[in-house]
Amino acid sequence: MSSGPLIEIRRLYKSYTRGGQAIPVLTDVSFEIGRGEFLALMGPSGSGKSTLLNCLAGIDRVDSGEIVVNGQDITLLDETDLARWRSRSVGFIFQFYNLIPVLTALENVELPLLLTGLTRRERREHAAAALAAVGLSDRSDHYPAQLSGGQQQRVAIARAVVTDPDILVADEPTGDLDRTSAEEILTLMNRLNQELEKTIIMVTHDPRAAQEAHVLRHLDKGELSRAADTPGR
Amino acid sequence: MLLIRLAVKNAFRHRLRSVLTILGVAVAILAFGLLRTVVDAWYSGVEASAADRLVTRNAISLTFSLPLAYREKIRAVPGVTEVSQGNWFGGIYVDEKNFFANFAYDIPSLLAIYPEISVKDKDQLSSLLRDRKGALVGEKLAKRFGWKVGDQVTLRGTIFIGDWDFTIRALYKATRAGIDESQFFFHWTYLDETLRATMPTRAGQVGFYMVGIDDPSRSADISRAIDAQFANSLAETLTETEKAFQMGFVSMSSAIILAIKLVSFVVVLIILAVSANTMAMSARERSGEYAVLKTLGFGSSTLALLIAGEALALSVTGACLGLALVLPCAKAVGSFMTDFFPVFLVSDQTITLSLAAGVAVGLLSAAYPALYAARVGIAQALRKVG
Repeated sequence: MSSGPLIEIRRLYKSYTRGGQAIPVLTDVSFEIGRGEFLALMGPSGSGKSTLLNCLAGIDRVDSGEIVVNGQDITLLDETDLARWRSRSVGFIFQFYNLIPVLTALENVELPLLLTGLTRRERREHAAAALAAVGLSDRSDHYPAQLSGGQQQRVAIARAVVTDPDILVADEPTGDLDRTSAEEILTLMNRLNQELEKTIIMVTHDPRAAQEAHVLRHLDKGELSRAADTPGR
Repeated sequence: MLLIRLAVKNAFRHRLRSVLTILGVAVAILAFGLLRTVVDAWYSGVEASAADRLVTRNAISLTFSLPLAYREKIRAVPGVTEVSQGNWFGGIYVDEKNFFANFAYDIPSLLAIYPEISVKDKDQLSSLLRDRKGALVGEKLAKRFGWKVGDQVTLRGTIFIGDWDFTIRALYKATRAGIDESQFFFHWTYLDETLRATMPTRAGQVGFYMVGIDDPSRSADISRAIDAQFANSLAETLTETEKAFQMGFVSMSSAIILAIKLVSFVVVLIILAVSANTMAMSARERSGEYAVLKTLGFGSSTLALLIAGEALALSVTGACLGLALVLPCAKAVGSFMTDFFPVFLVSDQTITLSLAAGVAVGLLSAAYPALYAARVGIAQALRKVG
């Protein structure tokens, strides 16, 4: 599946300051993520896995170290360039879906396309196709509050893939869902990985979700376990 | 288009809060518009004045008179086209609460100097000029008291004691907005001849002269030339433009006018605080959504536009509602206060200022939330959502 690393993480350090005291969150984290890989990051609460995911996705800054994606060190980008890079390269799937409640499912999916040069008609076509890919064509005019949790997460996945990014990051994508909906979402993510060759980085507490990944890495107290596991599939 | 839709939808997300904010802005703009109209009404005499008219009065004070003999001397000054003598009569119709301006004037020259006072009916005009006791009345004043042409009206003199009978011979209409249509004019000769019979010492005395000139750019020279004629006389004159003359009355109330102006701006400041509070609450509640938009790649400037659009949707809706109320309210207030403000019209400037105030409230109230949204850390805000 993998053909050379897409992301190289080198000697990553990150700490938060609380009450004037620096609390380390990530300590000397280095590893590689291959192109088309489905990686699950696991670890206890406070282990730094969401922070690591945020840094990889360019929505949080590191104290030191390099994150090289497709040969470009994103830690060197300023806020504007980083935002542009995110819009082109990364799709986000959140635990609580984070859809805009006053926009319909179709409009939520269309939102990232506003940053592209597409016409309104093209945007609508792309958004409709993305919704169809997640099986929600018949819900395009529904508002998030009119959809179930699983349906909302599928809309969020459609929004994440509509710009055709290389990387999908998912922070506890099944954490707010019942078992059936969670399985649907994981199946969908697997399809995106298998059929569209999306590189997926998923943070999860759920061992069943982690089973869907090709590679499993554990974080504990901000440090990465040396070896990557290959979950039984 | 989608972002505009999002801004408008966000604006009305909390309906009660949005409606109350819009009502607040509307009431503030209504108050602002009415207060500005009061100030404009104070200046209506100044606004109605023309550059080609001068006023000559006694240099000591307006309460001192000038001899009638000055009229021909003023007319002889180069650049003067017409002179009309006038006196403030100060008569009362039935009761003191029925106040309106009434003047004794040389009516033919008055109409020549004031082309904006128009008597359309030629028969009325000729009968007015023929009747020594005839009166020329503004249509608004006639409507107020139900007067018609031919009606007999008696004014009780306060400066010129006694009951003075008049016959309404003509009605006038203003040919441009801002001219007072609630004045009462009668022949100066009626006043003078009556005084000659009853109080001879007060006859032949003029309160002021209205002077028409041919070139407004020479008004200062002509004023000096007129005053020079009467220098070192028993009744020295002070000649000034009609605008300066009217401003003299307005300046007596400058402290009140300043206070009204200040209150009108304080009202806007108060609603700015209310609107800013609404927007700040909205921004705090939506920090997670701003973080999501930033995550998707939207920059701080887009978020600022989104917030400004939301604030403008509220404030401009409120301003338009307030303006829609200003016109009927000004009409109602004007009809109640016609004794004090014969001209009570909402000016174009007031409409422009009210709209500008609405836009300014929107933009200023969006400033802090836009800054907040620009500064919000994505990871931190997303944690709050969780």
